[in-house]
Amino acid sequence: MAKRKEVKLPGRTGRFKKYITHTWQLWLMLLPAMIYILIFCYVPMYGVQLAFREYSFSSGITGGTFVGLKYFRQYFESAMFWPTLKNTFVIAATSIIVGFPAPIILAMVINQIHSKKWKRAVQTIVYIPYFISVVVLVSMMNIMLANNSGVISNFLKSIHLVGAGLNLLGSESAFVPVYVLSGVWQSMGWNSIIFLAALSSVDTQLYDACKIDGANRWQTMIHIDFPAILPTIIIMLILNMGNILNVGFDKVYLMQNSLNLGASQVISTYIYTVAIKKAQFSFGAAVGLFNTVINFFFLVVTNFISKKVSGTGLM
Amino acid sequence: MMKENKIKYKSLGDRIFGAAVIILSIVVFLIILYPLWFIIIASISNSNLVNLGKVTFWPKDIRLYGYQQILEDSRIWLGYANTIFYVVAGTALNLAVTMPAAYALSRPDFKARGKIMFYFVFTMFFSGGLVPLYMTINALGLISSKTILVIIVAVNTYNLIIARTFIESSIPADLYEAAVLDGCSHFKYFIWVVLPLSKAVIAVEILYYAVFHWNDYFNALMFNSNKNNEPLQIVLRRILLLNEAFSSGSGGVQGGYAQSSADQVKYAVIIISTVPILCVYPFVQKYFEKGVMIGAVKG
Repeated sequence: MAKRKEVKLPGRTGRFKKYITHTWQLWLMLLPAMIYILIFCYVPMYGVQLAFREYSFSSGITGGTFVGLKYFRQYFESAMFWPTLKNTFVIAATSIIVGFPAPIILAMVINQIHSKKWKRAVQTIVYIPYFISVVVLVSMMNIMLANNSGVISNFLKSIHLVGAGLNLLGSESAFVPVYVLSGVWQSMGWNSIIFLAALSSVDTQLYDACKIDGANRWQTMIHIDFPAILPTIIIMLILNMGNILNVGFDKVYLMQNSLNLGASQVISTYIYTVAIKKAQFSFGAAVGLFNTVINFFFLVVTNFISKKVSGTGLM
Repeated sequence: MMKENKIKYKSLGDRIFGAAVIILSIVVFLIILYPLWFIIIASISNSNLVNLGKVTFWPKDIRLYGYQQILEDSRIWLGYANTIFYVVAGTALNLAVTMPAAYALSRPDFKARGKIMFYFVFTMFFSGGLVPLYMTINALGLISSKTILVIIVAVNTYNLIIARTFIESSIPADLYEAAVLDGCSHFKYFIWVVLPLSKAVIAVEILYYAVFHWNDYFNALMFNSNKNNEPLQIVLRRILLLNEAFSSGSGGVQGGYAQSSADQVKYAVIIISTVPILCVYPFVQKYFEKGVMIGAVKG
């Protein structure tokens, strides 16, 4: 009863009080997450002005003299601009073209397996590589793709899929295929989960109707399964496009060696080399900002196109 | 219904299709399985035979030398201890931060939630970049501390969305109304009703976060230079990729053993470091598929 009276307080303060009594607990539950995001995401975003300033140890992130686009110009004019941009693009584009359809096809194949036991077995095995760390993955590649003693490189050479003289780990031409295919090996199974989930929610009546109409299994797959998971596919594609230049630092960095550097120096590894290792903080911040802006641009464009074409989009 | 689903397809096209599905799934199965199998057999075989390419499908001349060496290496155990600490403390923090926030964002009567959601989602696509992040952590005095490797990813926006979507779509709204009539606050409702009903999505969150912490090497590489705080992955990189001498903690002693023994140690290290996190999966699998389905598809 007492509460009821409080609510009836007239005017703005009354409404505000009601709002607070009703929601302060929710705000409290959000607080840790919001503070974390503030400190580790928005403060660094504010600190990105370092890219436009001269960094000096004494004056900190925001205190250096303003130098405008000096560091961007330095990057655009440097000899590393085109190679890093090109390598990043090539790796990212190949990863999407080869790596994006793979889990979709896998999900559709798994979905067509009739034997429950075999289906379980396939699913269990294809999920395992997800749990392997990048360090372990790269060292497995170093062992199995080694030039003369690697089991897999020897096998590929014996069936003439790979030229006899090609060093899979230490040549520019092999870097992108090895990077992309090992990525498919690792993440194909795990990424198929989401498409399998989408496939399992297809109304079974549609299959029955299809059978009655005389469609074969291939036609059922193309005309029922594929359209059913198309919205999921589009959302995943947009999310992937927004990360196009975020080529995983970890794996590229670990796979890098002096023999393949021409194909493996990407923007993120370049930032690490100049900024953290050589302490050119302003320059590193400028290159990083350039990377983020391009990513954002891709996200917005893909989102726009997909909204026009299919009506599905993120925002 | 069930009977009709089991009607066999009889046309020639369907038979070819069925055969293609089986063959394709066998090929994928073998391609994924073989590298894993090879590491297992190589870790218990004579590594001279492995290097000569004579070990392909079954182990030969079985010996456990690699595992014996690991047992004696103090670096591995220090890395192990650190990683277990980061996984346990980090995942606990992740859950404590993510679940309440996900609940708050799932309340339809919470008017600010759209704007707060944007506050989170924006960080998925725009970031300050590595250098400003490094400077921020540096300014907080957390570089090379154990704390930073626990708190560096306190909440992941993607995981937050999964949890929010799950709570929103799988917990009936009537429950909340009934609870409020009984005088239940948000806190009590969250702890006594929402959490017990969210086991599936909690399993998913534990899996994602724990695997992330276990395999994280980037953050340790960037923000830690103290050898005593190194997680397992950094130790692995030293042993597996930088070929650091493998000799009980005294570092720098080169050529302790022949190359072939060092190789066998490598295979064993790979197994020792991967098996524990792999063991997490069967425990959460029961909940996992349900949780991912509801959380991800609708998100």
